[in-house]
Amino acid sequence: MADDLILLNLWSSPFGMRVRIALAEKGLDYELIEEDLSNKSPLLLKMNPVRKQIAVLINKGRPICESLIIVQYIDEVWRHKSPLLPSDPCARAKARFWADYVDKNIYAIGKLVWGATGEIQEAAKKELIECFKVLEGELGDKPYFGGDSFGIVDVALIPFYSWFYAMETCGNFSIVAECPKLVSWAKRCMERESVSKSLPDQYKMYCFLLELKTKFQAQ
Amino acid sequence: MAEEVLLFGAWASPYSHRVEMALKLKGVEYKYVEEDLANKSPSLLKYNPIHKKVPVLVHNGNPIVESQVILEYINETWPGYPLLPKDPYERAIARFWAKFIDDKCLLAIFKASWGEEKEREKAAEEVPEFLNHLENELKEKRFFGGESIGMVDIVANFISFWVGAFEEAFGSELLTREKFPKLTNWTHQFVNNTVVKESLPPRDKLVAYLRNRFGGRNVSK
Repeated sequence: MADDLILLNLWSSPFGMRVRIALAEKGLDYELIEEDLSNKSPLLLKMNPVRKQIAVLINKGRPICESLIIVQYIDEVWRHKSPLLPSDPCARAKARFWADYVDKNIYAIGKLVWGATGEIQEAAKKELIECFKVLEGELGDKPYFGGDSFGIVDVALIPFYSWFYAMETCGNFSIVAECPKLVSWAKRCMERESVSKSLPDQYKMYCFLLELKTKFQAQ
Repeated sequence: MAEEVLLFGAWASPYSHRVEMALKLKGVEYKYVEEDLANKSPSLLKYNPIHKKVPVLVHNGNPIVESQVILEYINETWPGYPLLPKDPYERAIARFWAKFIDDKCLLAIFKASWGEEKEREKAAEEVPEFLNHLENELKEKRFFGGESIGMVDIVANFISFWVGAFEEAFGSELLTREKFPKLTNWTHQFVNNTVVKESLPPRDKLVAYLRNRFGGRNVSK
């Protein structure tokens, strides 16, 4: 491989999608290895012995772990094409703050929206919409969170769009009704090949999450 | 225009002290504003409307929040002492450990110390496992940053000082020399560093504070 890149991935993981989007934005070739988390490969366990999870990017034999850390690494090494972070330190700090905000909230809350029932699910739906509204506030009238250019906050958040159908169906609510700006932003991102090729079909994701939900509830 | 650097912090907050350490290592002049977290100032709420927490760095009127985001900002804005390695790969490794400390270690220590009953047991098992990863990462280095203190050491400040104060306050044992000889050595090196020493709260005051406030306080990242 020209760039000597391997990505240990899981097709359904929003974290893996972030890395795939970043690699595609930079036009990089890589080998994609699909992991089975119920039977983790020796390579995964060797490359990420501390967390034992995907995504892991292996560049020239050296592993980088944690999706947003990987995205920053990619941005720093291949910095001349499609920058994902601004150059001004203040703007960079803002971008890191919002990427961190997405990380702190969307996965955990979203999981309860499609995965839980009753009061817990209702509370999660409310929280999710609140977070989305905060994000809409930050987005404002900009085409992307990165401004005119697609950036790290967009990369951090857009994979969760693949959960929208599942969340709406399981939660019996409409995200576009509550957060139209966010959905417009998501569709704009989906027009980018890097995004549309990295996100799975929403219905396929729904079926997969439904299976997971059944497994959680059985436990 | 003269440069203005303000830091909103809380004396007992390890997150707040991280920023002080970084500013001091870089030799940046700043004005410190102590926040009463039970009665937050309008300035704090204006500068950090989303999380409403300390620390907040305000540089020429621009607020930066979240301690690790602030550390990266400080590193990029002021030249001189490097808080992170220059090499992108080494930098990614440092960021990994910083995230591991905050997301896993600190969370487990909090839960093991004053979490709900059902969370405590699991957390208590995790703490030594996580500390062991840090012990192994230190290898033969003086600091996580190598010969000198770096961002990972600063983020691990909680482990070097607050854990000890907590152990004294509650008679618990999290970090022993037998189990974690390298981490223990690192702790001594770190807290005895001239700059770090200036940035730590008084030990007795912290112990008393922890005893009084067992059960949680709105201390933040």
